[in-house]
Amino acid sequence: MFYREAGDFKTSYAADQSILSIKLDRYFVIGLIAFGVIVVPMIGNDYWLGSLLIPVLVLSIAALGLNILTGYAGQLSLGTGAFMATGAYMAYKVATNLAFLGAPVAIIIGGLSAAFAGVLFGLPSLRIKGFYLAVTTLAAQFFLLWLFTHVDWFVNYSISGVPSIPPMEFFGVLISGAEATTEARYLFVLGFAIILGLAARNLARCKMGRGWMAIRDMDIAAEIIGIDPLKAKLSAFAISSFYCGVAGALWAFCFINTVEPGAYDINRSFQILFMVIIGGLGSILGSFLGAAFIVLLPIFLNNAPQWIGLNLTSDVISHMEIMIFGALIVFFLIVEPHGLARLWQIAKEKLRRWPFPY
Amino acid sequence: MTETNTNSRIGEELLSVNNIDLSFGGVKALTDISFNINKGEIRSIIGPNGAGKSSMLNVINGFYQPQVGHVRFKGKDYTPMRPALAAKSGIARTFQNIALFKGMSTLDNIMTGRYLKMHSSFIEQALYIGRAKREELEHREKVEEIIDFLEIEAIRKTPVGRLPYGLQKRVELARALAMEPELLLLDEPMAGMNLEEKEDMSRYIIDVNEQFGTTIALIEHDMGVVMDLSDRVVVLDYGRKLADGSPDEVSSNQDVIDAYLGVSH
Repeated sequence: MFYREAGDFKTSYAADQSILSIKLDRYFVIGLIAFGVIVVPMIGNDYWLGSLLIPVLVLSIAALGLNILTGYAGQLSLGTGAFMATGAYMAYKVATNLAFLGAPVAIIIGGLSAAFAGVLFGLPSLRIKGFYLAVTTLAAQFFLLWLFTHVDWFVNYSISGVPSIPPMEFFGVLISGAEATTEARYLFVLGFAIILGLAARNLARCKMGRGWMAIRDMDIAAEIIGIDPLKAKLSAFAISSFYCGVAGALWAFCFINTVEPGAYDINRSFQILFMVIIGGLGSILGSFLGAAFIVLLPIFLNNAPQWIGLNLTSDVISHMEIMIFGALIVFFLIVEPHGLARLWQIAKEKLRRWPFPY
Repeated sequence: MTETNTNSRIGEELLSVNNIDLSFGGVKALTDISFNINKGEIRSIIGPNGAGKSSMLNVINGFYQPQVGHVRFKGKDYTPMRPALAAKSGIARTFQNIALFKGMSTLDNIMTGRYLKMHSSFIEQALYIGRAKREELEHREKVEEIIDFLEIEAIRKTPVGRLPYGLQKRVELARALAMEPELLLLDEPMAGMNLEEKEDMSRYIIDVNEQFGTTIALIEHDMGVVMDLSDRVVVLDYGRKLADGSPDEVSSNQDVIDAYLGVSH
């Protein structure tokens, strides 16, 4: 087999605790990142980069954020869209009024504003759990979007209410605005995705991540150990919302080129929640797999009939797309409720002893 | 164990509960309970079902706040004790119905016990540099010692939800030990175990007490275990203290015999 972990021994705890402790895993991920950074921009066309990979990466970041909150810390949230919007609008404000700060700083300030909003709307989590908490985050969804649509200050008093993102440079290369090349935008988003993915993985395996998981699995025992539920829950809300805010800002800056409330409505919140559930709760890899699945599968379903020579009218295709997509989600959840990440893990375990059945 | 040996092992008072009254609405769970636990001893709390044993442990580590009375630990009064305070000052516990973090591996569960001993900042953790990395490795070493001690090397990376009951109990003990507590509260550590598992667990409890000098307060229903392990036993019944003393004294006390065997009225 191409994939081997037998004979891959570790002689120190440092080696045992590294993120990718299996040698081939490490080579594979490094290779994948190198491929994404170097090869993809060369061979990809505008459609692949601009319409497929950028949205997948941006939504992966949002899914990472929600996964930290829901998958790791166990706090259900339906306000993802609102936190993304907060990031987008605040990054837009910084980009227009404090342009000298540059795009990355603007986006990070957007993320920090979203983190602040997240903490504010996370406060009820100290008293309420589960579905009831989901309802309070739903309040965030409606209230924040209402705020951004009705307070003109957020859009610099633009008459249309849907202002364009100003062109911004990063190391002399345009990464936002209409003139920015798809390759530059793609690489900029990819950079964020890699750094934030790595940071999430590190947080999850350190003290903070264990605190979150402890609160998720058994809050009483966590308290006995000395984990402060207040700190654990609010830090999860803050970091989760930061990720969502950054994703929202990147969505505006590098994908749709405008800030508009329609991009961050309740459907977006549900979309991200589906990504996390399908990808795998409490898995970093799952966030990426889930985002890819939810974004790419409808496009695949849309194109598949033509590839196999079926000539269907476009409305039939779009109806079929929705039906097959829904059926597939149900199918996946029945086969593996822990998501694609778990499926991948099972596949690895099976392959390890292939072709033997035991 | 000889008498002199016992005396040198046990020091001065570590914890005392004084005149504890605890009620839930109209139900009195504990009435005027006072006893103490000395440094280094194994103290058992026994009594029939519903006697208030678990409530007593919950009062000691701050889950329940008694209406009257206070807990004194290491010479300091706590009115009321809080779970966070208890953890900080060195009280660890296990639960009657296992309270492990089911989604995490054995190793992560035990590492969580080191939570209060880790001080790395958020940035260090996100980048896995400096103190974060150093602490992970240092504490891993300490945790591995506990894993060795309790002989659970083979299940290090297994999610605890998949482990059989007896092993889960052992992992929970490991997590409590990882806190390096001065006082360890064990709520029915041997409930639902077979004879061999009980013997193993008894051995671990004695070893913890002797090697680490940890003071242990345990609730247990198996009288054989209680009488063999304990230095002193306190007996509760209907929320009142019936008797307090060495295993021999307690087992010959007429009130205790009546409570356990029933008495004709």
